[in-house]
Amino acid sequence: MNSLLDIQALSLGFRTEKGIAKVLDRIDLSVRPGEIVGLVGESGCGKSTLARAILGTLPEGQTEINSGHIRLDGVDMLRGNKEAEHLRGRVVTFVPQDPFASFNPLFRIGTQIQDLMRFKAPRDGSGRFGRSRKADEASAIAMLDAVQLPQPKAILNKYPHQLSGGQRQRVMIAMALLPQPRMIIADEPTTALDVTVQAQILGLLRRLAVERGVSVLFTTHDLGAAWEICDRIVVMYAGQTAEIAPREQFFADPRHPYTRMLLESLPSPGRDPVGIPGGVPSPLKAPDGCRFHPRCPRATEICHESRPALMTGADGHAIACHHPWLAKAEAAHV
Amino acid sequence: MSEGSNPAILEVDNLARHFPVRGFLNRQVGSLRALDNVSFAVEPGEILGIVGESGCGKSTLGKTLMGIHEPSEGEVRMMGERIASPGQKRAARIRARLQYVYQDPGASLDPRWTLRRSLHEPLIIHTDWPREKREEKVREIVKAVGLPVEHLDLYPHEISGGQQRRVGLARILVLGPELVIFDEPTSGLDVSVQATVLRLFRDLKSEFDLTYLFISHDLAVVQSICDRVIVMYLGRIVEIGRTAEVFASPRHPYTQALLSAAPRIGGPRVTENFSLQGEPPDPSNVPSGCRFRTRCPHALPDCAEVDPKLEYEDSHGVACLHWRELKA
Amino acid sequence: MDLLKRFARDRAAFIGLSLLALLVLAALFAPLLAPFPNDVFDFHIGNRLQPPSGTALFGTDRMGSDIFSRLLFGARITLMLAGIAVGSALIIGVPIGLVAGYYQNWVSDALMRIAEIFLAVPQIVLAIAIAQTLGPSIENVILALSLTYWPFWARLVYAETRSMRNEVFVESAVALGASPWRVIVLHILPNIASPIIVRTSIGMGATILTAATLGFLGLGAPPPTPEWGRMIAESREFLPEAWWYALAPGVAIFLTVLGFNLFGDGLRDILDPRTRRSV
Repeated sequence: MNSLLDIQALSLGFRTEKGIAKVLDRIDLSVRPGEIVGLVGESGCGKSTLARAILGTLPEGQTEINSGHIRLDGVDMLRGNKEAEHLRGRVVTFVPQDPFASFNPLFRIGTQIQDLMRFKAPRDGSGRFGRSRKADEASAIAMLDAVQLPQPKAILNKYPHQLSGGQRQRVMIAMALLPQPRMIIADEPTTALDVTVQAQILGLLRRLAVERGVSVLFTTHDLGAAWEICDRIVVMYAGQTAEIAPREQFFADPRHPYTRMLLESLPSPGRDPVGIPGGVPSPLKAPDGCRFHPRCPRATEICHESRPALMTGADGHAIACHHPWLAKAEAAHV
Repeated sequence: MSEGSNPAILEVDNLARHFPVRGFLNRQVGSLRALDNVSFAVEPGEILGIVGESGCGKSTLGKTLMGIHEPSEGEVRMMGERIASPGQKRAARIRARLQYVYQDPGASLDPRWTLRRSLHEPLIIHTDWPREKREEKVREIVKAVGLPVEHLDLYPHEISGGQQRRVGLARILVLGPELVIFDEPTSGLDVSVQATVLRLFRDLKSEFDLTYLFISHDLAVVQSICDRVIVMYLGRIVEIGRTAEVFASPRHPYTQALLSAAPRIGGPRVTENFSLQGEPPDPSNVPSGCRFRTRCPHALPDCAEVDPKLEYEDSHGVACLHWRELKA
Repeated sequence: MDLLKRFARDRAAFIGLSLLALLVLAALFAPLLAPFPNDVFDFHIGNRLQPPSGTALFGTDRMGSDIFSRLLFGARITLMLAGIAVGSALIIGVPIGLVAGYYQNWVSDALMRIAEIFLAVPQIVLAIAIAQTLGPSIENVILALSLTYWPFWARLVYAETRSMRNEVFVESAVALGASPWRVIVLHILPNIASPIIVRTSIGMGATILTAATLGFLGLGAPPPTPEWGRMIAESREFLPEAWWYALAPGVAIFLTVLGFNLFGDGLRDILDPRTRRSV
């Protein structure tokens, strides 16, 4: 098993006033080195919580880890405190959804990058303490250049509010790459951007990741974006893994009823998009068994009683369903 | 412009909306030209989409048509009657005929009012109907949007987001408008919810005989629901025509870039070869001549001098000096 | 009612409420509760400066009157004073704030500048100046207090109105064609009511303190009115022997202000929008 990120049977809940919110229910997920995995799901599916669990930013007092583990390069990210701390920001970095909120508005970009490099970038042996400001600045400029920002030196002197959304996101990507990580977690990085800017950023992210052999865990609710840059796609629903498949297979041959209905609800010219009746259940009152069963047209008794296990086929296509679609002929979307 | 027999329900004529940019001591140092020379007509019963990226002016257009902003130049006519022009106040009865739906219609509900109260309000303001008549109308509309009548006694926070949206729409419909302007109605919605919402819009349109102006940045949604589409860039219309045609053979370089940026599931990766660089310039500092020329891969010297007007051919309008040469 | 239940859970708020209830009861039933109701005016020089005992719970003052009885009647004055002062400040300040916040034009700017001028001077100093000029009396104290307090409300309501003005439902009411009057009274006011209500309670406490200060300085009601601040002033020359003389009114003021503050805090927690239900 050579996965870089290995999540198995992860169950996690938050303590709230009204009881325990079971946000993640036995999640299985793995990311191989150099792979770009898309984590797709709608609001309330738990993808952001999962990202935060890996990054260790879950609210400590309220989080209850019921089972399972998250292993990044062998290190337990949920419980292995000191070791996990060492990996965060170095081996695994983060590109957030709203870059503006992630920058400190009072400091220049250059200062913030410098701080990052002081603590997180690998030492290159130059200057005192194995690090010199000049070398750092040169690396920063080189990286800003790699993310296609014009006039990188000028950017270092600017404040976050002086940059546009697309520019800020590029800086975020640069900052995520500077520590030379092995994995980047990108949480809906292009949701807030215009379509043309999104195309640029997605292309950039993919190109850089492939060039440098960096794995990416890319969460999104935009299936088009997932098609563009992911190698494999994981679908989550209400805290459970529903389906995992390589990109082309996923879109050509979805087998989980939720995935099918999801693809069918994409707007398409000349066809009335079909929504999924009902709503996503609250993690406080999650249905038993397969959490999708109340809305599933193929549900039967067993779906309510027992949770289907995630079974992986020989073709790498994994599915957690008692009644999956099998016939390839009924492909929903090509 | 408007086709032959059907008189346009709305005519927009050279509409401009500028915002003053204030500098030191509150003096006006420049002008943010959010809209310039916008002219088009809306046919009764159609769904006209308005697409564009941030800063293109589509939201400002919606708000100016609605009467939230006053035009700096030009005028808007509804069924021949002038309803907006510089200095003109929006008449109350026009407000009833031309309604505006925010991105989240549920947010238009006062959190301290019961749903019933919120739904009666438009009628209280615009009519002198007695309570029973208002209640009857409210019940009728509530049923039409698919909500149980019992919900009328509840408060917004006691119903789901989707239901709040329906109530927000009901509030619009209670006055019996003819034209409804939607501003980013599906933005931020999950895809499965979006599908349900679009279907709701379609149903309401046919039940109440409405015309829609549909402002969105989501090309896929616009392509699936709109009959005609307007593409805007930096305050101007760059292309206008039947949706199918504009999407199949876009004439303006910006439209071409926009369409090529949208991922196509099942097709080749668009991001690998995407060529449009940079971002739209600041609307307070628009380039001379054609506003798109700074990013246009086909820009020629005369593009900097002449600001192209909309040129129509087969009801498909485009504002580009050289679009004919660019036709592949 | 749901609100009361939640109130009961918050211990501090409950204490506040109890203290206030005590105050109101004292004021309402002073004639019945006071052992020597006539001591508001009568004096018994022979009995002066007696320490607390079975007959006089808090002792007697320099005129021999029962301090406890005077305290109870003083509660009436206190409540009336604070109530009218804060009430008038609200009546003046809130509408000004609403109008200024709704219409963002030169009128709003002018009104806010005027309010800020008033606020630049500490309330107590201004109140002293006004009371001194007009002469010592309860009415003048009330006048001084409300004149110096309305700008606070105007500014508070102005800020709240401005932010509420940008809410989607307010904009949508305007787009619907509601008149400014309708929008302000039916939409904005109910939605900014909670911060106003909370501040009112706390403001009562602050006003009582200021009124007591004025009374202490001799600017309030003339003797023999049993105003708490004046009572403390009277006691000064007899300290520290007649400790009860200053302690009783002092504790009364303290408990009253504490009551209003705790109550106000409790209200704030209850009316928090996150947990707020239909009010």
